[in-house]
Amino acid sequence: MAEKKPLIKEFTKGIIKENPVLCLVLGTCPTLAVTTGVSSAVGMGLAATAVLVCSNSVISALRKVIPNKVRIPAYITIIAAFVTIVQMIVKAYAPALNDALGVYLPLIVVNCIILGRAEMFASKNGVAASAIDGLGMGIGFTAALFLMGSIREILGAGSWLGLPIPILNSNPILIFILPPGGFFVFGMLMAIANKLNSEKPAKNKEEIGCAACPMHDNCGKLAKGEECAAE
Amino acid sequence: MSITQLVGIFLASILTENYILCKFFGICPFLGVSKKLDTALGMSAAVTFVMVLATAVTWPIYTYILVPNEFEYLQTLVFILVIAGLVQLVEIVLRKYMPPLYNALGIYLPLITTNCAVLGITMLVLDKGAEDPAFGYVASLVNALGAGIGFLVAMVMFAGVRERLESCDIPKSLRGLPITLVSASLVACSFLGFSGIVDKLLQ
Repeated sequence: MAEKKPLIKEFTKGIIKENPVLCLVLGTCPTLAVTTGVSSAVGMGLAATAVLVCSNSVISALRKVIPNKVRIPAYITIIAAFVTIVQMIVKAYAPALNDALGVYLPLIVVNCIILGRAEMFASKNGVAASAIDGLGMGIGFTAALFLMGSIREILGAGSWLGLPIPILNSNPILIFILPPGGFFVFGMLMAIANKLNSEKPAKNKEEIGCAACPMHDNCGKLAKGEECAAE
Repeated sequence: MSITQLVGIFLASILTENYILCKFFGICPFLGVSKKLDTALGMSAAVTFVMVLATAVTWPIYTYILVPNEFEYLQTLVFILVIAGLVQLVEIVLRKYMPPLYNALGIYLPLITTNCAVLGITMLVLDKGAEDPAFGYVASLVNALGAGIGFLVAMVMFAGVRERLESCDIPKSLRGLPITLVSASLVACSFLGFSGIVDKLLQ
């Protein structure tokens, strides 16, 4: 797992081909909640990336020690520890960001991207590959948040990173920074991603969706061609 | 805290602070489980139940164990483990003593541990309590119940919307999740209309 070429692939797949937000539809709650402005969106993305890289590396290093039956609680404990560290760092050095993210910062614990990558990738691959995978996925997450934050801030507040934009600044479309705008922009971005991916064959849902699901062990319905129990 | 204030908290957490449509908690089950009315009902009942139970357990743990020992920074870690343990316990108890309820809620329970609405409510009521000392244990429980009912209202409403969507002719790129999100946006618009209603009602 330590060769050069796969490592670059692990890195880039998270950014475009398997973008966690737009293609795998993971971590939707923070995506909608913190993208009212560019700075909070990027802050959230970077905090999640830090947690993702650390938790992926540690889980990968411990993958032979953790018994299979208690792996999910073990992963959650590791992730919660890193979230607490990130939370303390943000509180100490970026109090404004801490106020902007509020309760969504500790909620990184239950972000399905992080548990999903632990289950799908870190539990099966080496430390270096897992760290790179975490970095790629984190940057993909940050990029998607940045895109949504930009669209919503430019249209909804008439500014970008706090800098006023002429014309739009005096006629902001307020709905874009309100909750409905979040749903709408996300829906439109996914439609565009669908359009761009429409030439390629659709991915097998069992591969991408099920491993992150807590019912993975006792469900497996999609693999048998039945309807998913969670839907 | 007077009854009027508690009713205010309850109504506000259903309408103006709706967990799904205004605060974006629990979007994953909202998008995943709202296809059919009965599954939407089962999931929201399970979420409401666990929300109230989790708040009932984490509030005393935080106030009487973590704060006096200056372990506030362990909040995230302790809460997620308590919720995970609680969900397991509820599952075992239901399976043993209430098989009909277990059959109805059982498959949704494991999904709730990773539902951010549950962790969210346990943390938000503590934030509110820190700002306003009058916001105590009872008010927290009422808030959790209201948030659960608000979750249920949004899920059931949206299940109805999605059943109508099934028979619509939708452009190819918008099929599936995109059109669901756009309709969620319209439902959220209607909830914006509730802003301020609770304060006016109780004046």
